[in-house]
Amino acid sequence: MMENKKTYTRRSFIQSSVLAGGGLMLSFSWFSEAKAVEKGLSFNLMGDWNQLNGYIQITTDNIVKIMCPNPEFGQNVMTSLPMIAAEELDVDWKDVKVEMASHDNVKFGNQFTGGSNSVRAYWKPLRNAGASARQMLIEAAAQTWNVPASEITTKVGILSHSSGKTAKYGEMAAKAASIAVPKEVKLKSPKDFSIIRNSRKNIEGVKIVTGKPLFGMDYSMEGMQIAMVQHPPAFGMKLKSFDASAALKMPGIKDVFSIKIFEEGSNRGAFETRTFNELIAIVGKSTWEVMNARKVLKVDWEIAPERKEFMMVRGNKVEEITPYGLESTDLHFEKMREWAKKPAKVLRRDGDPENAFNNAAVVIERTYNAPFLAHNCMEPINFFAHVEADKALFVGPLQAPNFADATLAARFGLPADKIEILMTRMGGGFGRRAYHHYMVEAGLISQRAKTPIKLIYSREDDMTYGIYRPMYTATYRAALDVNKNLIGFHVTGGGIPENPIHANRFPAGAVDNYLADGWEIPSNITIGAFRAPRSNFNAAAEQSFLDEVAEAMGKDPIQLRLDLLKKAKERPVGSNNDYDPGRYIGVLELLMEKSGWGKSENAGKKRGVAAYFCHASYAGHVVDMVLRDGLPYVERVISAVDCGVVVNPDAATNMVQGAVVDGIGQSFYGALTHKNGAAEQNNFHNYRMIRANEVPQKIEVHFVQNDIDPTGLGEPPFPPVFGAVANALFQTTGQRYYNQPFVSDQGQPKS
Amino acid sequence: MAKYSLKINGKTQQVDVDPLTPILWVLRDHLNLQGTKYGCGIAQCGACTIHLNGMAVRSCQLPVSSIGRQEITTIEGLSENGTHPVQEAWLEHDVAQCGYCQSGQIMTAVALLKNNPNPSDEDIEATISGNICRCGTYLRIKEAIKTAAKK
Ligand code: FES
Ligand code: FES
Repeated sequence: MMENKKTYTRRSFIQSSVLAGGGLMLSFSWFSEAKAVEKGLSFNLMGDWNQLNGYIQITTDNIVKIMCPNPEFGQNVMTSLPMIAAEELDVDWKDVKVEMASHDNVKFGNQFTGGSNSVRAYWKPLRNAGASARQMLIEAAAQTWNVPASEITTKVGILSHSSGKTAKYGEMAAKAASIAVPKEVKLKSPKDFSIIRNSRKNIEGVKIVTGKPLFGMDYSMEGMQIAMVQHPPAFGMKLKSFDASAALKMPGIKDVFSIKIFEEGSNRGAFETRTFNELIAIVGKSTWEVMNARKVLKVDWEIAPERKEFMMVRGNKVEEITPYGLESTDLHFEKMREWAKKPAKVLRRDGDPENAFNNAAVVIERTYNAPFLAHNCMEPINFFAHVEADKALFVGPLQAPNFADATLAARFGLPADKIEILMTRMGGGFGRRAYHHYMVEAGLISQRAKTPIKLIYSREDDMTYGIYRPMYTATYRAALDVNKNLIGFHVTGGGIPENPIHANRFPAGAVDNYLADGWEIPSNITIGAFRAPRSNFNAAAEQSFLDEVAEAMGKDPIQLRLDLLKKAKERPVGSNNDYDPGRYIGVLELLMEKSGWGKSENAGKKRGVAAYFCHASYAGHVVDMVLRDGLPYVERVISAVDCGVVVNPDAATNMVQGAVVDGIGQSFYGALTHKNGAAEQNNFHNYRMIRANEVPQKIEVHFVQNDIDPTGLGEPPFPPVFGAVANALFQTTGQRYYNQPFVSDQGQPKS
Repeated sequence: MAKYSLKINGKTQQVDVDPLTPILWVLRDHLNLQGTKYGCGIAQCGACTIHLNGMAVRSCQLPVSSIGRQEITTIEGLSENGTHPVQEAWLEHDVAQCGYCQSGQIMTAVALLKNNPNPSDEDIEATISGNICRCGTYLRIKEAIKTAAKK
């Protein structure tokens, strides 16, 4: 079942890449090599599959199989993406079976789960796939019945002609599979959608509640060994030497050796974050035995020198230096204060901000800080690998197979078509699983141990490895004139090792005199994308700041935003503003309506509001907070989101509710700190996660209804939660909160 | 190494393992019952929840040698096709996002309802706050438990 059969011709490349990427359809047949290629993980359906295109197959007895191109990590793409194709194909959803595609960027495009991009990226390709398959079925029926195709209609999987002839799709599928793909297809008008916009249950729901082996952690193969890796105890350290003699004597242990993940001097590719380059690998029969052997490993670590790497950025070789030394959170704060005083790199300037601040009657200045965050996916990092001389198989949870592909081909010296990557369901990702170092590690261990292995990180390995949400700071300044008009705005953002600023986002475009600048402190603590990168900090800082500005101006906080957005809409400052003020306004208006904002019946409520734009979507929340046993508690949240067409409303609601819970949890408790280079939190006893007794009683989610092609959803509702929580904290406690996490471990709120 | 005869989901199974092996790894590595999940290994997250004589326990902290003749139930033992009332309620509310925590959540809920068929909101919260859901599906978990209680 696992042998590699991928063979591509130039023709199949054009056919499928066009379908997967741009959505244009070319007219030629692509079926000659199609049948051999299908090898998804859950492939267990028997039957005579007729492949109509890369995404759709139909059996003679009318079962429709739709491939899900993008990895599933809980955003529910295995349901929502096939719904898009099924809509245009015009089939009965209960006849649809879904299979996760294996990695195949020729057939399935970029296959990238991240950037809230899945539905956005596949909306057109999947609609085209569904519509063109439907057209081919019509054509097959037309030829069979000898009638013009234009006289044939479809209705939920049935083809009919005015003469009274009817056929199920399955009856025409074999013939349809030999018909040329139409050059152009007509897509449904959104008003005719019958699957899209109608909630469908998670296609893997039954498998999840019955504990089927869906995850990378659950994958196994005959003869497979378990492997774990030991990484240095602190950032800035590296392996000096080790003595494995005791570990090797432990029961079940097959081998212990060190691996070098990337070759010295090799260029760093996309998502190839190199936290620790040399690790000790322990290979054995079972997880418990390997865990025990780790305990008797004797290892000497030493301080790592400064490291120089080259990255290819848009065709240019860019040098990147990783500094030497053991870092601590205290020192990080000190350094940030010091760097904040230096001149920063200007990212955007409109008008004359210096003049505005010089002439201001009132200047408000506030500084916000946020710590590193660990992703803490519920399923710890893991991957299966079987690397042989001439081919390799990788199976497990990952978000970016298309980037992993290039890394693996280079590292193992194998042609890309000899490397097969199967994507399992992920027990969470949140950005973490876009960084595929662990696949390289698994592959190297398999290669060296000459056996199939599954690499497993313990929770401690996972939490202390790095690739965190960066540590951020930002100072915001607002200049008000004597009439309390906002005449100048300035944000300076800094971070370790990345600054958070999105210079062209609101309120850029709404203030005449505007300045955004930033600075960055290099670090050997590695970072990575974390649900709505940078936005997850900016929305907290900026949206709390606007709340204070509104207070100083004597304005309602929503009204202030609406006034600014109106200006950005009617008389925008600058030309490259990222956002659409109209959609932003729409979300705020929906939020006002649904929350009864400003209504007398809500006068006694302690409410905070925030709204933010990212990943092409708009989201806002009103948070109602109370003190419960003297501690702040978010009792209820009203959310409004504009993400264009909502494909699967109940699942989308679940996602927004999850983002709200995540946002409350991270803003209250999330923090990863360091001492002498070592992470001070390593498991859930000292890294506080939000729990069931701390979530709101109610999270009401409302979507703006429009026919805009879908924009992002997994990330956009997350960032504004932080700001809304901070603003509600002020209403509840009378204090402003500038430093995350807002609630310390003892449960006492701190300011 | 030692031999154990374990009663799991109504069947007796033999294993030959280190007596200190947590039952979690016995299930996952030796008996091919992968529904019980590893999340933390230190009794903090609940992903590994199973039943021991009907009581919810953390299998990551339970050495195989401590089981004796007690009966183990895992998520695979609830039903083949998701027809246990708690599983049905989970499907009705479409609770899962990534799904990784959910077998632990369900096992916790089943044990709760067995001992307390009409739990109050506080009972539900107190019980399931031992189980982390990183995706934040807690509201639906609570609703599903209430629905299951009515069944
Ligand atoms: S794995 Fe047992 S409680 Fe987390
Ligand atoms: S559904 Fe993902 S951890 Fe609970």
